[in-house]
Amino acid sequence: MPENLFKINAKEYILPGTRACQGCGLSLAYRYALKALRENTIVTLPACCLCVLHGIYPSTPVMIPALNNSFASTAASASGLVAGLQAMNRTDITVMAIAGDGGTFDMGIQALSGAAERGTDFIYVCYDNEGYMNTGTQRSSATPMGALTTTTPIATKQQHKKDFLKIMEAHDIAYLATASPSYPIDLYDKFVKAKKIKGTRYIHLYIPCPPGWAYPPKDTVKMGRLAVETGIAPLFEIENGRFRFTGRSKSMAERGNRLPVINYLEKQGRFKKMNIEQLHQVQHWVDGKWQEYQRRSQE
Amino acid sequence: MSNVQIMTGNQAAAIGAKLSSVQVIAAYPITPQSQLAEILSQYIEGGELKAEYVRVEGEHSALTVCISASTVGARVFTATSANGLLYMHEQLHWAAGSRLPIVMCCVNRGVGAPWTIFNDQQDSISQRDTGWIQIYCRNNQEILDTIIQAYRIAEEVYAPVMVCYDGFVLSHTMMPVDIPDSEKVREFIPPYQAHTILSPEDPRTLNAVLFPWRRANSEGVLCDGYMEMRYKLQAALERSPAVIQETSRHFAEVFGRDHGGLSWGYRTEDAELFMTGMGSIASEAMQAADMLRDEGIKAGVVGIRVFRPFPAKALKEAFRGAKGIVIFEKGISYGYEGALCSDLKAAFYGSENQAPVHNYIAGLGGRDVKARELADAARASWLEMQTGIIEKPTTWLNCYTG
Repeated sequence: MPENLFKINAKEYILPGTRACQGCGLSLAYRYALKALRENTIVTLPACCLCVLHGIYPSTPVMIPALNNSFASTAASASGLVAGLQAMNRTDITVMAIAGDGGTFDMGIQALSGAAERGTDFIYVCYDNEGYMNTGTQRSSATPMGALTTTTPIATKQQHKKDFLKIMEAHDIAYLATASPSYPIDLYDKFVKAKKIKGTRYIHLYIPCPPGWAYPPKDTVKMGRLAVETGIAPLFEIENGRFRFTGRSKSMAERGNRLPVINYLEKQGRFKKMNIEQLHQVQHWVDGKWQEYQRRSQE
Repeated sequence: MSNVQIMTGNQAAAIGAKLSSVQVIAAYPITPQSQLAEILSQYIEGGELKAEYVRVEGEHSALTVCISASTVGARVFTATSANGLLYMHEQLHWAAGSRLPIVMCCVNRGVGAPWTIFNDQQDSISQRDTGWIQIYCRNNQEILDTIIQAYRIAEEVYAPVMVCYDGFVLSHTMMPVDIPDSEKVREFIPPYQAHTILSPEDPRTLNAVLFPWRRANSEGVLCDGYMEMRYKLQAALERSPAVIQETSRHFAEVFGRDHGGLSWGYRTEDAELFMTGMGSIASEAMQAADMLRDEGIKAGVVGIRVFRPFPAKALKEAFRGAKGIVIFEKGISYGYEGALCSDLKAAFYGSENQAPVHNYIAGLGGRDVKARELADAARASWLEMQTGIIEKPTTWLNCYTG
């Protein structure tokens, strides 16, 4: 049973009426992340969907202090906050850097790699909606094969998604976890745990995006569940090199009831031009990753 | 009691940062700045300076670390050169737009391509529109003193300050430097007290998105739009010459050294031919002025210390009586002329000063330029000006132009 099922922080840190899109998966995830981290937190973020959620000056719906920074600089900004707070003797504050997949897989990778190598004491969160959604659904290196984006508008994306979790694990960081807003308690547990750990912690959020993925806003939770149930977005954590499935993925690994990826892909308009060859390739790719995770979970 | 030691410009800068009790340093090595980053590491690891040192993976991150650390109230320092400064460009705007009192040394070096590691000032000149105050130093003493002054200026104006000094010519050249008393420095720049600190006690979102127009907050009070915020930066910079001059004056009172606030003059009282420039080339022009004086030409030098904000008003006064002006620049606004030349001519627009102005581009990529050569160029211009050659194309000194 999830550790915090009956202990979810009742306080809200995001007031109603954000500027996020209808059905935004990030709003759900961010709400639970802030509940888990609580007041003594400073957030740094680049230009991204979250920047929009944080509102237009002079008002913000977010009750946690936050610093906007430029696109490539999220993790470096966290390094600066950590160093500055240390210099000011404020070691009681959790620093969370949070950026999308474009700001993490692509433009922010250098600063993140640097901060992780230095063992910077912060939580880095990548909310992965698989494209440059804030700028209008352009392709990123996190976009999956076969997806239509505004910069792969006819032929679809030809390459698989970058395995960013492997890159982060290669930094030997203190904690690495994946989470989904469709499983909020699992997500909450992971943020509570990450808060207690020292050093660089990386949390990867799979964020369904109604406008970017072309599905009705009411289906966000369903889409997040299907991502997990097809093994496209496995839920796990890695602590001191030890891999562990969590939540729904754990029971799937035990029962072997993983769904075929078509169940997930067919519900999203972005995959409507995907050909059968790509479908097989995606299934094969997901199978390979899943088997590797399963092998590691049994070690 | 003076404490004079022989040191390089980089050592002087490191001591300046240490005496300023900086709390967070972020730096990435680049020639000719590297020695400065190394000395500061030694201070911290050796326990001489209590500060956080973030050994970043690039200059973009170096300035980002400074921006974020300053946002939570720490006094910060960084330094770079050439392409490192260009790599920071986005964050230079971000630092100024955030109104943070960051102090950075730019150890001036030419920019690629093609590669050069040697000195000119193209790096900082090309960052002139980023909202930073730029101060150019002419010797190692001035480097140390200017860093201390820079914190006082930055923390009063809420604008970042770039302390520029010529790579190798100053950074790697030993000169006697009087190290100020640390207690006196602490009095001159007391610990930084930010007007706004990002903290959980007072949660706010900083640098949020703005719409083009002004917008009311939840209490109905109309708040700044993007343009108002940018205007405030410009207004602060326009007010800053007074702060820079006052800082310089106060520094002279406390430490007995006056480097000139916005500019300095050498033998200008009765001068007719004015040579001018920034940094070490202006300092070299003093020797050229002596040579020309020996020949009977009434030559003097105005060294421009502050390039941004451009001290147009003060310079109109500094060049009073000029019958000819010769500008030596270690950089150029490609496609036109030296940036200082354009600014200076613009400053004289509509004023009494209608002296002819000749512009020389010199010393790019470390090309040697001797005082004798400055004197020769200034004399040639002076003779041309006498014969009515008022306008002259920008001349590349010591350069084979075919």
